[in-house]
Amino acid sequence: MALLQISEPGMSTAPHQHRLAVGIDLGTTNSLVAVVRNSISMVLNDADGSALLPSVVRYLADGNVQVGYPAQALQSDDPVNTIVSVKRFMGRGLADIGDVSNLPYRFANVAATGSGQAPGMVQLRTVAGVKSPVEVSAEILKVLRVRAEAALGGELVGAVITVPAYFDDAQRQATKDAAKLAGLNVLRLLNEPTAAAIAYGLDNAAEGVYAVYDLGGGTFDISILRLSQGVFEVLATNGNSALGGDDFDHRIYCWLLEKNNLSALGAQDTRLLLTHARAVKEQLSDYPEARITAILSAGDVIDTTLTRQDFYDMTQTLLAHTMQPMRRALRDAGLTVSDIKGVVMVGGSTRMPQVQRAVGEFFKQTPLTNLDPDKVVALGAAIQANVLAGNRQDDDWLLLDVIPLSLGLETMGGLTEKVIPRNSTIPTARAQEFTTFKDGQTAMGIHVVQGERELVSDCRSLARFELRGIPSMVAGAARIRVTFQVDADGLLNVSAREMSSGVEAAITVKPSYGLSDAEITRMLEDSNQFAQDDMKARALREQQVEAKQLLEAVQNALQQDGAALLGKEEQERIAGSMAALRETLQATDHLALKRAIANLNEATVAFAQARMDSNVAHALSGRKLSELES
Amino acid sequence: MGISLTDNAAKHVLNFIAKRGKGVGLRVGVRTTGCSGMAYKLEFADALGEGDLQFSSHGVTLLVDPKSLPYIDGMELDYTREGLNEGFKFNNPNVKDECGCGESFKV
Repeated sequence: MALLQISEPGMSTAPHQHRLAVGIDLGTTNSLVAVVRNSISMVLNDADGSALLPSVVRYLADGNVQVGYPAQALQSDDPVNTIVSVKRFMGRGLADIGDVSNLPYRFANVAATGSGQAPGMVQLRTVAGVKSPVEVSAEILKVLRVRAEAALGGELVGAVITVPAYFDDAQRQATKDAAKLAGLNVLRLLNEPTAAAIAYGLDNAAEGVYAVYDLGGGTFDISILRLSQGVFEVLATNGNSALGGDDFDHRIYCWLLEKNNLSALGAQDTRLLLTHARAVKEQLSDYPEARITAILSAGDVIDTTLTRQDFYDMTQTLLAHTMQPMRRALRDAGLTVSDIKGVVMVGGSTRMPQVQRAVGEFFKQTPLTNLDPDKVVALGAAIQANVLAGNRQDDDWLLLDVIPLSLGLETMGGLTEKVIPRNSTIPTARAQEFTTFKDGQTAMGIHVVQGERELVSDCRSLARFELRGIPSMVAGAARIRVTFQVDADGLLNVSAREMSSGVEAAITVKPSYGLSDAEITRMLEDSNQFAQDDMKARALREQQVEAKQLLEAVQNALQQDGAALLGKEEQERIAGSMAALRETLQATDHLALKRAIANLNEATVAFAQARMDSNVAHALSGRKLSELES
Repeated sequence: MGISLTDNAAKHVLNFIAKRGKGVGLRVGVRTTGCSGMAYKLEFADALGEGDLQFSSHGVTLLVDPKSLPYIDGMELDYTREGLNEGFKFNNPNVKDECGCGESFKV
């Protein structure tokens, strides 16, 4: 059976209606997907247990696409078709990117065609054809979507995707387009520093003004946020959309060229040295020096050692570039360094000791690093996605009101089907699908009721209306979506819509009208007191509905084929069982009714078999065997 | 009778409640849904509801509203992993019939 998760109070979902929503950090270097399960935000790992998906996409000549580690492993061998850091090209024209001489890609100058080929955006010529950054990003998102659906066991209702605070409209739109192409419904785009603040603010519930220093693979953002009672307010943001860990790699790369008197390397060698540069950078976070050995395609051997101090010195100017936006952001917020209560570090590049030291010196305090800087954005995005999908009651809203009694409607047999459970916060809207009971049914009565009891007769009737014009179909084929909507003023609007034809009907009622507090209390008490009775009553009504359906089906079958297929004796036996069932229908013993249903079912087994054989024979008659075999 | 947790399920629940930072226990119940079915309800409980029945299992307080109990009396909750997915499994002796994935059931 399905595996269930614990919901927040009052937020249980109907079967097959789990509101699975994820947070996605679509990063320059790595991407992640996270989700809130059992009220805890967690990053989802792939089958090998790794959380990070390298944002690397490789196109193959046969049309296949590799994403993540397999693509990354081959980026030195196949640099032209292996796209790394595609985020830098999102929503960008060639002119926006600047110096492309160090990039191994073949940029295409083609007119935009088809979906994903955004006009004005750079295009990359690969062995599998011309690809836009939107298409490349969509490949990354697709992998994350599939990973999430496998881990959560169902389709996603949507995702919150994070973007740098500095992304402009074109870049944001490109991100949305990529998500759409990947089959994701974007609940919201969220600024990365804000997502980090959500992860820290809500998990640790620490109030005050915080700075979020986010140095990712390709972007730098500084945000000044005020957190109070779980609500965050963005006071100022600043940054540089073309500065990140990649630039630190590039400094090492340039140093390598200089040190070894190299110039104008081919695409493959460029990629090889950049990969080594990144590895060296990561090693220097833990060791005072790191060695680089590589053999270039022309046979040149590189064997050099880089010390931490040299690395600090050559990246000093990059760090200085992050200080200027920090000063500007503080000035915009009207604050000074002494107002900042804490500094949140985000992005893998903040693992570099010189970054932590420089930020610490600037803000005169040790930055916060207790959440994994690579995961913090995705964790915050997941928390936001969970709220937007409606899985959490927003405690922070003070203007909340709840409905005192469940709202529902009458189903066959006089049973109550609750659509909005009591204590749901308003405004709220819930929809449920129903179907027809009889063949050719063209209208459906909708009876709106209020209360906790199982039988409609024990609940309070609020309104009745009818949905007409349902196309004639067999019983159970029509799909009628009934939506209950309660607005902030407590007004209930019920609408019904037949999904295939679009016919619609609606009614507005004010549910709490005329009910005193004492009446509401009595209705609730009754519902608890009569739990056992209600359970039996429901069982009885369900059996009654089943019995009536069966009687009708047998009656129809008898009229059509009874005389042709059955002997007199058998017809009498079936008629006897039917009469017995009709009689039991009046009784209140659901077990006796169940037995009578079983009896009639048994009595008609041979008849049903005969009907099926006769139908098959009818369908096949007059046709040659050869026709059937072909 | 009442309901209970396996040792493993209890460990997960205690861990979830600790990480969530609040909650007095776990609320287990059923709600009616569809034309002929029941669905389980599994929620964190922040407060005791009026008339709630309480059961204790491996250090976890389980709350059941009296209306739900007849449908789940004697049930045991387990926590299991299936591939990448993991979660709670309901072993309910009252179930006579359930939908393909077991999310809704009949008694």
